[in-house]
Amino acid sequence: MIRFLLRRLALLAITLLITSAVIFALTQLLPGDVARLILGREARPEAIAALREDLGLNNSVPQQYIDWLTGFVTGDWGRSFVSGNPLIRPLVMDRLGNSLRLAGFTLLISVPLSVFLGVISGLNENKFVDNAISIFTLSVVGLPEFVTGLVLINVFALGLGWFPASATAPADASLGDWIRQLILPAITATFVLMAYIVRMTRAGVIDELKKSYVRTATLKGLPRRTVIIKHVLRNALLPTITVVALSFGWLIGGLIVIENVFSYPGLGRLMTNAVERKDIPLMQAVVMVVIFFFAIANLLADVVYALLNPRIRLD
Amino acid sequence: MTQTTPIIEARALSIEYKFGRVWLNALHDVNLTIYPNEIHGLVGESGSGKSTLALALMRYMAGNARISGGTIVFDGVDITRTTPTEMRAIWGSKIALVPQDALASLNPSYTIGEQIAEIGRLHLSLDARTAWACGIDMLRRVKIADPEAVAARYPHQLSGGMQQRVTIAMALTTKPRLLILDEPTTALDVTTQAVIVDLFRELIRENDAAALYVSHDLGLIAQLCDRVTVLYGGEVMASASIENVFKHPIHPYTISLLASLPRPVNPTHGMETRLPTIEGVAPSLADRPKACVFAPRCPAAIAICHTEKPPLEQINAERTVRCHRWREIADCTLVIDTAPKLIEMSAPPEAGMVLDADHLEKTFGGESMFGRLTKRNGVHAVDDVSVHINRRSTLGLVGESGSGKTTLARLIVGLEATDDGNLHLLNAPLNAAVDARSRDELRQIQMIFQNPNDAMNPFMSVGETLARTLKRLSSQPMTTAQIDARVAELLESVRLPMDYAARYPTELSGGEKQRVAIARAFATTPALIVADEPTSALDVSVQSVILNLLKDLRGQHGTSYLFISHDLKAVAYLADWIAVMYLGEIVEEGTSEHVYTMPSHPYTEALISAIPVPDPTIKSKQIRLHGDPPSARNIPTGCRFHTRCPRKIGAICETDVPPYRDAGGEHFIRCHIPVEELARLQQDSPNPILDAQI
Repeated sequence: MIRFLLRRLALLAITLLITSAVIFALTQLLPGDVARLILGREARPEAIAALREDLGLNNSVPQQYIDWLTGFVTGDWGRSFVSGNPLIRPLVMDRLGNSLRLAGFTLLISVPLSVFLGVISGLNENKFVDNAISIFTLSVVGLPEFVTGLVLINVFALGLGWFPASATAPADASLGDWIRQLILPAITATFVLMAYIVRMTRAGVIDELKKSYVRTATLKGLPRRTVIIKHVLRNALLPTITVVALSFGWLIGGLIVIENVFSYPGLGRLMTNAVERKDIPLMQAVVMVVIFFFAIANLLADVVYALLNPRIRLD
Repeated sequence: MTQTTPIIEARALSIEYKFGRVWLNALHDVNLTIYPNEIHGLVGESGSGKSTLALALMRYMAGNARISGGTIVFDGVDITRTTPTEMRAIWGSKIALVPQDALASLNPSYTIGEQIAEIGRLHLSLDARTAWACGIDMLRRVKIADPEAVAARYPHQLSGGMQQRVTIAMALTTKPRLLILDEPTTALDVTTQAVIVDLFRELIRENDAAALYVSHDLGLIAQLCDRVTVLYGGEVMASASIENVFKHPIHPYTISLLASLPRPVNPTHGMETRLPTIEGVAPSLADRPKACVFAPRCPAAIAICHTEKPPLEQINAERTVRCHRWREIADCTLVIDTAPKLIEMSAPPEAGMVLDADHLEKTFGGESMFGRLTKRNGVHAVDDVSVHINRRSTLGLVGESGSGKTTLARLIVGLEATDDGNLHLLNAPLNAAVDARSRDELRQIQMIFQNPNDAMNPFMSVGETLARTLKRLSSQPMTTAQIDARVAELLESVRLPMDYAARYPTELSGGEKQRVAIARAFATTPALIVADEPTSALDVSVQSVILNLLKDLRGQHGTSYLFISHDLKAVAYLADWIAVMYLGEIVEEGTSEHVYTMPSHPYTEALISAIPVPDPTIKSKQIRLHGDPPSARNIPTGCRFHTRCPRKIGAICETDVPPYRDAGGEHFIRCHIPVEELARLQQDSPNPILDAQI
């Protein structure tokens, strides 16, 4: 187990190293001179030259990469290009906290709900309930997030006034306020995730129900409930773990539309802002953080999968 | 037979399956009675409805099935009318199932101990600790060494034989009155099967239970059961005591089935034999004949058989039969010819060498960097094996699973590269890897696989499959017309109608698919065909057809075979030379006659004695190999077989590698016991299987 973890962590480090190089290379391809971008079109050539020297832009590209990477690893993530040139790290960390909160809350809602619906669907393969669940989940996943988000805002925020329309909570807000603000974006994200998790769970249940061990369990005389919960679900839910882990990665870095619709200050929105402003150091930092969480979620999924599946040996 | 109250009795039972909008009869008017202390055999080919019947006796049916008539009385209660709750009190407690595929039938995520303890908690109201202890006790009763350790393991960590023991332990926990055994040994090696069958016999008697034993293996039924019911096309053809069915069969199906069993024959010089076969294929559910279901394939069918369904007649207290002509058969006015046909040998084996494999070596996993780092031994699958195959001859290769026989086949075909050793084809050196071989070399060696379902591309018609081989491998380019003509010729040679060229694999039966596989192998008229268990996935009645076909084609084309099988009877029927493999090594080889009739190596002797003889009056030699074969990762020192050898002579077997001695007449044996001594042991206790006349 420990050897497995060490190997996987080493692999994770390599993954991050490679992606960091790719990201860095891609940002090099972006058109325009960074110094001019910062100082504006009217800047004097001397000022630009001075800034270029200051930013290390005159060094060779590999040298720039190594400087950036060492900075990143040692915690010096540099400064943003936007006015005021704030430090990047506190900014990203703050947004990361918000994203983690939203991701966690969304999973709390979507996983139990989707797994429940998936199990019901799988147990009633091709019957009315199954079809109804399939139609519902597939139609909400088909709707773009800005549509479901806006409908939810119109009905529950503007119409009924139960929840706030914008999810910009102050840092010192109470837990209740936090939850009230997270509910609408979390539901919107759940609509997207639900179909994947429901389909996966449904397929798992249907697959497992066909296996001979289910017949063995039934012919032991076990009640149907025990056969399903103890024997079938134990195996049927294993593939769902992977889907949940992938969803977590998406929730951290991929909620660009949802965060914009609800003006939620998460990493997704920070990223769009960075792109709009060609704020390259910020972009690099956000992407690195998102990829880190993606990789960690996958590693966790593999560990949990292996712990629950005795057929997989970790070594 | 004394007429006590039956444990279970099915009367006029009919079961239907729903396909689309129609209901099709899976079982029709089936009667089956099992008395206390009886082991009742249920024989039938695939599609006969035997598994449906076995599970229906537990009132367990597929979602699209229904009982459309009849009753099943178990323990005085008609269980066709019970509620699911009532059935749950019977399942696992009064009737228990030992399933076919033990690994698939155990939940992969729970330990063995938990899966047995669950039954004790449910039916015997034991607390967790007592139930666990009871489970360990059950494991001990099915003769699992170190039951505490096994209880803590997961199903995939056990060998096939151990897994099957676990399912038996589970079934017996509650001392059920009736055991349903659904082909419980079909997936096991013949040596393991013999041990498990002994265990069944002992435990069923000990528990005072009755059992239904479902199998397609007539030998096994003959050796284990008291009575037998023969099922065909969803109907009972005959039912009688085991002696009557095997010694005085009166139903044409039973007679033909027994006659078609492969067995070695010693024809007179210059002649060879063909097994009697049952023509045609078993009808599918949708097109079962309205009259006698067996009539289209019956050698004794007359006009009435095609127009009127014969009733299931009760001949006497213990015997039933469903045939219009059973009286004629019973009083010998109608004789169904079951003697193997003797035909002139069209092409006797020749001296010319086709394949020469010298000192082949193959180890898996040992060479990789990871393997070296972790200091794990590689799997030494083939260790210094040499085989030679002459023109027009057949080398039969036998051994348990894990003996390396399939690896050897793959080395010869080139699917695996040899680590060491030389291959020669038709006296020319042959490249080890298949992709380094020339078109001509590829054409000369072809392969037939075990499972015809997996070996055919489902999106290619039979004609396309054959044409593709011709296009890829023919020595000169062929025109479309030439290819079509050759495809037709090939289909004819495997006795398939011409229009089969347009069919897709899903439209063929298992036997038909295997014929296409054979046609494909012969497409390039190869010098050597490697056939890896080509008949094991097939029904008994189809098996003999395929074996005959292989014999015919060998004569016509002068092809040689490397025939791999765990079925020694099939090997002895087809091969003229047999090599026996154990843990990557050949332990005995010689002519088919020598090895089969005078099995001298203790391992060969045990293999042959483990074959159940399809004759209830002959009890086979009780040589049992206990334990599983050692892992090829850790091969025992000295003689590899010493850990299981029933004739081990002492320390020398553990320390010294035995010599490979010539016992005369090109019969080689790898054993420390002198060949004269081995021969004497055989004369003292000849193998009774050789006396079996059916």
